[in-house]
Amino acid sequence: MSSAPLSPQAEAPARAPARAPATTSSPATRVLGALTLAGLALLLLYALVWSPADRDMHDSVRLMYLHVPTAIAAYLGCAITTVASAMWLWRRSEGWWVLGGAAAEVATVFTGLALVTGSIWGRPTWGTYWQWDPRITSTTLLFIMLIGVQALRRIDNEGGDAAARGVRGAVVGLLLFPNVMIVHFSVDWWRSLHQTATITRLDPTIEGTMLFTLMLGIVVMGMLFSWLLVHRFRVGWLEERLGTVGLDQAIVERRAEAGVVAP
Amino acid sequence: MFRDAGLVAGKDLRIELRSHVTTQQVAPFAILMLILFGVALDPDRGILDRASSGLFWVAVLFCSLLAIQRAFVIESADGGRDSLRLSGLDPAGIFLGKAAAIFLQLLVLEVVLAVGVVVMYGPDVTGVPLLLATCLAATAGLAAAGTLYGVLAAGLRVRETLLPILLLPVLAPVLIGATKAFEAALGGVAADGWPWCGLLVTFALLYVAFGTLAFGPLLEEA
Repeated sequence: MSSAPLSPQAEAPARAPARAPATTSSPATRVLGALTLAGLALLLLYALVWSPADRDMHDSVRLMYLHVPTAIAAYLGCAITTVASAMWLWRRSEGWWVLGGAAAEVATVFTGLALVTGSIWGRPTWGTYWQWDPRITSTTLLFIMLIGVQALRRIDNEGGDAAARGVRGAVVGLLLFPNVMIVHFSVDWWRSLHQTATITRLDPTIEGTMLFTLMLGIVVMGMLFSWLLVHRFRVGWLEERLGTVGLDQAIVERRAEAGVVAP
Repeated sequence: MFRDAGLVAGKDLRIELRSHVTTQQVAPFAILMLILFGVALDPDRGILDRASSGLFWVAVLFCSLLAIQRAFVIESADGGRDSLRLSGLDPAGIFLGKAAAIFLQLLVLEVVLAVGVVVMYGPDVTGVPLLLATCLAATAGLAAAGTLYGVLAAGLRVRETLLPILLLPVLAPVLIGATKAFEAALGGVAADGWPWCGLLVTFALLYVAFGTLAFGPLLEEA
């Protein structure tokens, strides 16, 4: 650590070493993004215009084409978080850490969307935004758990230094899916004692255009999920790089201050 | 491993016997909660009697947060965590010991709370074997999961605020199972409560197993 006063040379901008391009897009993701946009437009047409209204749920069934796929994507994100956390604990490679964080974040978004769409759907169907339905209850608990995972990961990542990274964030990520399973199971059991079939579920024998629309929704939401996950992963990866770039730059600046020519 | 667990549990309980934090701070807080529930829910409407199982377990849950924080705060002074790491004790033993100390303190708190609930909310006490089994199983689960998440948050600047958000969603099954079992014992058919007790035992076993495995690496971090 140098205690010398700042010399005029320090004002000169130090050249940062060349690094990876600061972008998160690539030809593949641009194609995926375009396809996702087209798919979303097609899904809207099918969901809002071309598919018929449901016998029991009437037009509110259309929200299901968005709600069910977002919920599936949310659970997929949780599963990826758990697998990535386990892989990080085993291999300790940066990629798994970044993937775990990216999946947790995207899962939070989709869980929130699933809760909001479910709630909006519940208003005309059940007459209330909130019902003590097992899925709503356990999904809300899942949402809180996901927020907790990210809070802890942020702390664990404070230094941006892979070597000093704690296993705490990864252990909580690893426990995420088992916890979701336990909570889901117990909440299911809890509510099943009180009420059976007060809730109109999606007709299990759905067919034709409605089934196709739902399947299309799942595929499109899967594409959106992948697109977001890839981009979030790349942002996370660049953040990791930023830590080292900052360090290199600081070293270059200090050397310039001391008048030492870089080796 | 079990000898180490005994040592750690003995140390934690000795600290508690000398500092009286659980008996003089957490237990009064527990009773205070019962009074606050009573004020909030209006004692004349008969809600308290019907909700006594749930309120009892919510109070236990909040007390357990305090007990868990306390279990790790006592390690933070004078480099206690470093000495624990360097002591050569088996990490699994440390986990079991910490959990056992929390378990015993929570049981004492539950006795205090139970007396408070019976006196203040006035439920008819029936199905005592189920009540006792539920207390043991649920408290074991609380202590095991709490110790695991407690060490996760230990040593962080934000530990007091982080622990509840990490731990309480995970403990939701304990709250559900214990409340259901208590309701069955107090008002309904006791036979309905035993499966819930089974859920609590399963939860406790899962977390004891996971904590025994994961505590070593986590203690290194904290």
